[in-house]
Amino acid sequence: MIYQGKQKIWSDYQKEIPDDHWFYVRSCIRQNFFPASEAYFVKVVRDLLGRDLYETPHHTTCGGIAYHSDTIPQETAMTIVARQFSLMKEAGYKNLVTSCITSFGNYCEILETWREFPELEARIREHLWKACRREFDKPEYVCHASDVIYKLRNEIAARAKFRLVNKETGEPLRVVEHIGCHYNKMFPSKGVGGAEYPYVLCGMVESWGGQVIDYPERRHCCGFGFRQYLVKANRGYSMSNSHKKFESMEPFRPDMIITNCPGCPYFLDRWQYVVAETQGKTYGQGGFGIPVFTYEEVAGLVLGYDPWDLGLQVHQVAPEPLLDKMGVPFNPETKYLGLNKKDILRPSLPSGLKCF
Amino acid sequence: MKNLYEELCKDYRFREGLHTCINCGTCTAICPAAEFYRYDPRKILDTVQRRGDDEIETLLKSDTIWYCGECMSCMTRCPRKNGAGLVIMALRNLSARLGYFTESEKGRQLYPLTKVLNGNVLNLGYCVHASTFAYEDHPESGPVFEWVLNHKEDVYARLGANYGQEGPGAMRKIPQEDLDELKAIYDETGGTERLELVEKYSLAKAKEMGMTPDEYLKYTFTHCSPGHFNSEEA
Repeated sequence: MIYQGKQKIWSDYQKEIPDDHWFYVRSCIRQNFFPASEAYFVKVVRDLLGRDLYETPHHTTCGGIAYHSDTIPQETAMTIVARQFSLMKEAGYKNLVTSCITSFGNYCEILETWREFPELEARIREHLWKACRREFDKPEYVCHASDVIYKLRNEIAARAKFRLVNKETGEPLRVVEHIGCHYNKMFPSKGVGGAEYPYVLCGMVESWGGQVIDYPERRHCCGFGFRQYLVKANRGYSMSNSHKKFESMEPFRPDMIITNCPGCPYFLDRWQYVVAETQGKTYGQGGFGIPVFTYEEVAGLVLGYDPWDLGLQVHQVAPEPLLDKMGVPFNPETKYLGLNKKDILRPSLPSGLKCF
Repeated sequence: MKNLYEELCKDYRFREGLHTCINCGTCTAICPAAEFYRYDPRKILDTVQRRGDDEIETLLKSDTIWYCGECMSCMTRCPRKNGAGLVIMALRNLSARLGYFTESEKGRQLYPLTKVLNGNVLNLGYCVHASTFAYEDHPESGPVFEWVLNHKEDVYARLGANYGQEGPGAMRKIPQEDLDELKAIYDETGGTERLELVEKYSLAKAKEMGMTPDEYLKYTFTHCSPGHFNSEEA
């Protein structure tokens, strides 16, 4: 077949995603802020859809945040990743799936650097052997967890109890999709659809009944910026970038935001809270914000799981307006209860952002 | 140290990020940091391309190299497949090695970053961890996260995590044998040496500024002088 023009360009950005047998490595940020998303990734992929997904308790951070905050040398970051590869080899897997976008970018950067500079790979092998008496094989495939859900999106749609459709009007929900920068900006060919037309989240939204919104600052960074958020003195950078996106998306009246990065859902959620508290401005309807979700949370809602099992109670922007639009039932009384209905008090409520 | 350009060329990121740069300025046009800070990655690339030791030394001691957010948007748009962000990473790495980072306000922030992040990595196996995430340092995390932090065990258990326990799962306790391997990796690859260098240069700077280490840590984490932002009057 001879590909021409855009058809050929598009074919360059079609990513091969294995269907089964995954070695799963977790995300530092998501474990802290969205642990239920990781729990439901495992539940959906392994328990519901029957794929082989393995996790070892011996894996650690990839060091990506420390690396991109410029606090460790490149060879330290590479050797930590080489150790993860060693654990994968030990477990007998060849397909690596990362929960984190920073990790995904880190793995891609390291493998590309080793491809261009094999002497560096040899040095890292030596480092790992000297430090840990370990050897490793490079993975055959490196994917992000959103790639896996993208791959399985139609199987999820086939089991859908709710769709991304307004139950009152029958219209598709209007969805902003936000892709983490390190998913595809460093190495566009590693992401579904590349950097210009990423399709990994669009594919999920369309498969589950929603309508993706195009808006001017769609590809702008959420503003994490590593040191620009982590150091308190720099956080204006982080908020300004999110604010720019909110202002840009506001006229398109989004019902929700879906993200595939650990930091992005946190920043797009929390900076709405800060803008509301400091400027008195909210971007949703009736004093609410625009609810922000991980792709696992959206998949979970589509599949009919309880919103509080999915962890939506630890968002600062209230998810309830979106649940009402989708027709997802929820019990407000159980929102902040612990296991076995244990009373663990409730968070206080913001003054400028409507929450429950 | 002289011949800083040659020193930079030893860094793979520098070579990959710069080698066919034509100084077109596309990186500046797309850069989120350039919109916010008084920052122009094109000028930085221009400076290093001139290869002058004095100019590069000035750069390594300046705030300028610390404005980038490493989002790598520049890599997507560069018509020559370079990356200003990669060059920045190499410049920061050299600034840290030589102790030049203590000469700028933004550079001095390397001290709290290094302590907190690598403390988490080496003691817990995570870059970020709720047990070291103080709400007073992060009021933007909102009342909902203050509640999470005040009820960590209960909330994480409710959300399907395995907080502080053995076995797999989110927020699990990383076994000591794995933390020992991380430490050995740091020792072998120059990570430990880097931590010690940043500590040494930072404590010397703290002394010079008349601060205790704790005062310096807090100051560098929170202080922001006028003059960094595009929105400020020149």
